[in-house]
Amino acid sequence: MRWETAPLLEIEHLTMRFGGLIAVNDVSFAAGRGDITAIIGPNGAGKTTVFNCITGFYKPTSGRMVMSHTGNAAADEVAALTRSGARFRRYGENALFLLERMPDFEIAAKARVARTFQNIRLFTGMTALENLIVAQHNTLMEASGWTVLGLIGLPRYTRAEHAAIERARYWLDLIGLTARADDSAGSLPYGDQRRLEIARAMCSDPLLLCLDEPAAGLNPRESAELNKLLKTIQREHGTSILLIEHDMSVVMGISDHVVVLEYGIKISDGTPEHVRNDPKVIAAYLGVEDDEVEAVAKGELP
Amino acid sequence: MAGGEARGGQHQPIGLLAAIWDSCKTALLALGLCIPIVLLRTDQDFSNQLILEPRVGLTLTLVGIAFAARLVWLLAANWTARRPTPVTRVPILAGMSVSPEAARRFAIGGLIFLFAYPMLSLALVGPAGSIKWIDNFGIQILIYVMLGWGLNIVVGLAGLLDLGYVAFYAVGAYSYALLASNDVVKDFMAEMIGPWFWPAWGFWLCLPVAGILAAFWGIILGFPVLRLRGDYLAIVTLAFGEIIRLVLINWVDVTGGYAGISGIPRPSFFGLPFNASDEGFAATVGIEFSPLHRTIFLFYLILVLALITNAVTIRLRRLPVGRAWEALREDEIACRSLGINTTNTKLTAFAIGAGFGGFAGAFFAARQNFISPESFTFLESAVILAIVVLGGMGSQIGVAIAAIAMIGGTELLRELDWLKRIFGADFDPTQYRMLLFGLAMVIIMIWRPRGLIANRKPTLFLTTRRAISGDLVKEGHG
Repeated sequence: MRWETAPLLEIEHLTMRFGGLIAVNDVSFAAGRGDITAIIGPNGAGKTTVFNCITGFYKPTSGRMVMSHTGNAAADEVAALTRSGARFRRYGENALFLLERMPDFEIAAKARVARTFQNIRLFTGMTALENLIVAQHNTLMEASGWTVLGLIGLPRYTRAEHAAIERARYWLDLIGLTARADDSAGSLPYGDQRRLEIARAMCSDPLLLCLDEPAAGLNPRESAELNKLLKTIQREHGTSILLIEHDMSVVMGISDHVVVLEYGIKISDGTPEHVRNDPKVIAAYLGVEDDEVEAVAKGELP
Repeated sequence: MAGGEARGGQHQPIGLLAAIWDSCKTALLALGLCIPIVLLRTDQDFSNQLILEPRVGLTLTLVGIAFAARLVWLLAANWTARRPTPVTRVPILAGMSVSPEAARRFAIGGLIFLFAYPMLSLALVGPAGSIKWIDNFGIQILIYVMLGWGLNIVVGLAGLLDLGYVAFYAVGAYSYALLASNDVVKDFMAEMIGPWFWPAWGFWLCLPVAGILAAFWGIILGFPVLRLRGDYLAIVTLAFGEIIRLVLINWVDVTGGYAGISGIPRPSFFGLPFNASDEGFAATVGIEFSPLHRTIFLFYLILVLALITNAVTIRLRRLPVGRAWEALREDEIACRSLGINTTNTKLTAFAIGAGFGGFAGAFFAARQNFISPESFTFLESAVILAIVVLGGMGSQIGVAIAAIAMIGGTELLRELDWLKRIFGADFDPTQYRMLLFGLAMVIIMIWRPRGLIANRKPTLFLTTRRAISGDLVKEGHG
């Protein structure tokens, strides 16, 4: 169980309150290094809220989210960082990040967490290629000497831009959109937009890719393609994936680890087989009475 | 009238008689409106008594115009209805149909025309007549082209609605005026380098300083307000513009209040002053002195400044910061999810846009020789913003065309004396300038709601550069 032995991201006692509403209540789980972790649950379970907390779009009410870039985080290092009040610390090869302290853009730029959105957020008036180039903003910005050197037109920036275009071309090839690279993102079909958004997130070179319902609105064939794409990302780039999904063919087909939320509380956590057979999960999805859950648990009901 | 509208909408042909009858009804309505508003004018006679002066001629002219306009409208609708496919929008200036080669040729042709413009006007209307054409039209339009291009960075590229852009124009103008006419600076420079230095090179030193100060004010404004979006940002920038103006009015010790600052040093030709002296430009070059030299020099100066603005903007658009501006306009949240520091990105847009406004302001002060807070009212901000919106947000050539149309158009409207022949000798056409101007704006925005050049050219491409339709390009939330 990689999420126990080699966690990339550990979420501890995450709570998010909106006024009187507790959207996420004391949720703890870990995402394993190189794993595809799925967060599932009925509508309104708090999945997207967890995502928004991880990616910094919400500031959690309480809880700690530790991201460790390479190797496991030693408990005393995490404790020292937590006490120090700093947002992150680099230890030689490794770097530790306390995501709950970091603003959203820093989480993407420094902690290398990329995300997609439930309702696609592409730059619709820019071409598919431009979308992928904007994703490499920080690398290019550095190469352009924070604009000053780029304005003069140094070869260093030209080289960096070529490299960025090559990287974009690689991802366009992978999602099969090379032919439409110069079309505006808004004019692409829905399925292509979904894939382009994933490619854009990957162009920012993340260690953790967070996908909010990537299969929503896709037909079965497109879902199967998406599975293949995510598997490729996991296998060839070593990127860990955290995804929210309702499409069980995606969840069960590719996840290594499934976390189930209901009413902001974690009700199950484990391998897909474990979760599939968890009576609490069945109850949450089928909406049965409590005594029936007990019955399911005892194996009395089919 | 409503009946006629419906007929026009359904493209059913309308008979000539019916059209005349409909126009008569319109004329009757116009007459009804004119009787209380236009027909009677209150005036005082010699014994200070109120008298009513009937203006029958004017009333009948207005009614006649209403009749004719309605008739033409109905018959034009008739004409379009008869055609097999009614054309709803004429794709003039659509950009999409213009090949890059043609656009390049147009730009080069325009540049050659601009550089030849002072000579052309000299040749065509002579030295006396050409001052108006070079100064009122040429320099005035180019100042607004430059301001439009500066604001285009903030509004068009970054999508931040700035209603107080004139503040940076004012900061630039006052920075130049105060620095260039400051005795302390002058004495200091005289001591450090020599008394000849400041009169000759003061302008060239103060110009960049004014731009930098304006950019600095852009950042000062940016820090507190860039958390705001949309309407809120617009209101705060509007307030900032007013604050700057009120400070200029009330800080009498420094700015001279309403009286303004006069006697601002004029620019020199790289050290050679434009005067009749032996060290002057004319004597050095060996031509007869004429005040026109300075005007022509100012024309080329603002032309070069505007072209620099344009070149820098085009270059910035292809750099990561420019793409980040456009991405910010498209979707701020997506930007943040990709690790773009949106606050810094907005600040750079504000600072660079403000800097260009400051350069234009410094030039304005040097050209006018006198500035007062009256030159920096909200109306100026509105005009600059209108140029950007009318040109098509983000389009450089569109902004230039809009500036020519709007500023050149309002200047042309000064020459409305022919209207006196229609409305009588006591009709003052200049009073209708803003009315006609507003009407033209409304019509153009109905005709082309996304501006003259609505589509966006991508900053880089894999195989072909295809323009993106304006319908897909977002306008920004703040």
